[in-house]
Amino acid sequence: MSSTPPATPAATPASTPTAAGGSPAMQSRHLSVWFGKRKVLEDVNISFPANTCTALIGPSGCGKSTYIRTLNRLHELIPGAGLAGDVLHNGRDIYARDVDPVTVRLAIGMVFQKPNPFPSMTIRGNVLSGLKLSGMKRPNHDEIVEDTLRKAGLWNEVKDRLSHAAGELSGGQAQRLVIARALAVQPQVLLMDEPCSALDPASTLKIEETIRELAESITIIIVTHNMQQATRVSDYTAFFLAAENEPGIVVEQGATTEIFSNPQDPRTLDYVNGRFG
Amino acid sequence: MTVAPQDLKPRALVSGASFNRGDRVFNRVITLAAFTALFVLAGITVFLGYQFIPVVQEQGLFFFTGSAWDPAAGRYGIWAMVYGSILLSVIALIVAVPASLLLSIFMVFLAPRRVSAVLTNLVDLMAAIPSIILGLWGFWVFQQVAADWSELLNRYFGWIPLFQNSSGNFTGTPFIAGLVLAVMMIPITTSVTREVMARTPPELINAAESLGCSLYSMLRHVALPFGRGGLIGGVMLGLGRALGETVAVFFVIKLVFDVNLFRILESEGGSVASMIVAKFGEANEQELQVLLAAGFVLFVGTLIVNLIANAIVGRTGRLSS
Repeated sequence: MSSTPPATPAATPASTPTAAGGSPAMQSRHLSVWFGKRKVLEDVNISFPANTCTALIGPSGCGKSTYIRTLNRLHELIPGAGLAGDVLHNGRDIYARDVDPVTVRLAIGMVFQKPNPFPSMTIRGNVLSGLKLSGMKRPNHDEIVEDTLRKAGLWNEVKDRLSHAAGELSGGQAQRLVIARALAVQPQVLLMDEPCSALDPASTLKIEETIRELAESITIIIVTHNMQQATRVSDYTAFFLAAENEPGIVVEQGATTEIFSNPQDPRTLDYVNGRFG
Repeated sequence: MTVAPQDLKPRALVSGASFNRGDRVFNRVITLAAFTALFVLAGITVFLGYQFIPVVQEQGLFFFTGSAWDPAAGRYGIWAMVYGSILLSVIALIVAVPASLLLSIFMVFLAPRRVSAVLTNLVDLMAAIPSIILGLWGFWVFQQVAADWSELLNRYFGWIPLFQNSSGNFTGTPFIAGLVLAVMMIPITTSVTREVMARTPPELINAAESLGCSLYSMLRHVALPFGRGGLIGGVMLGLGRALGETVAVFFVIKLVFDVNLFRILESEGGSVASMIVAKFGEANEQELQVLLAAGFVLFVGTLIVNLIANAIVGRTGRLSS
């Protein structure tokens, strides 16, 4: 376990999730985001305590995926992307002029909605692809492969066919392979953008177990449309909402148990009870 | 009535048959059209082969390995031309493949959308330039420029046998003909490679980007391996044009029936296709037959290139660990 154990969610005041968690692993301050002239997020302030899992929930089109992509500087790769405010990782602004986006993306990994292993590589090749692509040097590749695949809960299923094509795997296995791939470059934060939305319930359950285990050693931020999933995997939750033709905002954030059992904002109450979205 | 499981027989499934009369007629027309292509191909093969066999019987192995065009003695050998075709294609490939790849990488991954759209149209327009125009351009405009480049190459790198020149004449060289072929290859190859690159699945690009990968490493490990089959196909398509190109080469090369192994700045060379067009006008009956036989060799050569290309494309499923 980590040296600074995460605060018990219930003990944390709803509006300041970091109050008991020490300095946050990640934090966005007054973050606003644009696509061209269209503002899609406004003044988002969220802190992500180290070694916890935070769920970002909200209806489609409220900017959750956009937000998560600002956290490892993938947002800026879209033509016309704009941003104001700042994003801190370990207290440092990742958008500062002297910060190399490549190092940011290595420290803050990402898993996407659709499992995207590299089809031209083997299972083993996929796990190690981050090292190859980024030029990162780490010894003992065999160990890395076994270790990350175990963490991703896939080792037992693939240990005898590491040199097989990644295309052989089922959707759920491919998604866990992608998680292993993200872990191989030793990120401190793992962003997950609806990682289970393309998967069957059994695979979803496995991934959720994986997330719970990973959250003991790294910081996880997960976008999900599935309320039950948010309650199962996350310590904290932030609820995003966008009125029609308005940028998305964070309506409410806090400990997951609070958000779901005792939300302060009526819109949150309606959303978590499935009355809209 | 029940049937014992072991007595079950698969039913005959009528596939492709349609109950719609219009559909049936349409199917027949399409099938016929498809076979027409095959018949034409077979017809050409038979016709050329028919001319080819007596020539080989007459000339023997010399037809392939010798280099001579001597109507008086009745001796014909096309090795210099066959080799010339290969040499010109290699020069064209060396120039056109990197140029096409870089151009398509720029268009797909670097250029702003508008620039890329304009470039795409320009490249497609380039592909539409008739080869006779390129031949004239090569002869009147480009030859002088390229001859100056050749002279520079020869002056500074003349110690390399590749760039030697004994006559002081830098026009009519394989170098220039190869460059003209490259100009013809680039638009064809680029339009295919651009298409292939643009089809790199965005989720794979996302994956690479999120793993902290540079553009170069994304290209090398994701986009190029993903599109390898298509990229090779594009190159082969361009090569097919280069191999069969007639007029443009005819204009810019000095046809000499002597094998020029690699001295690409020497004013002598040739190719099968340009030889055919050069000799055709004043050919006697025997020469005509030899030219048709040479055409058969060219035909089989391009066929082999295509087969090799298919084999390579078919193997793209291979894994890199």
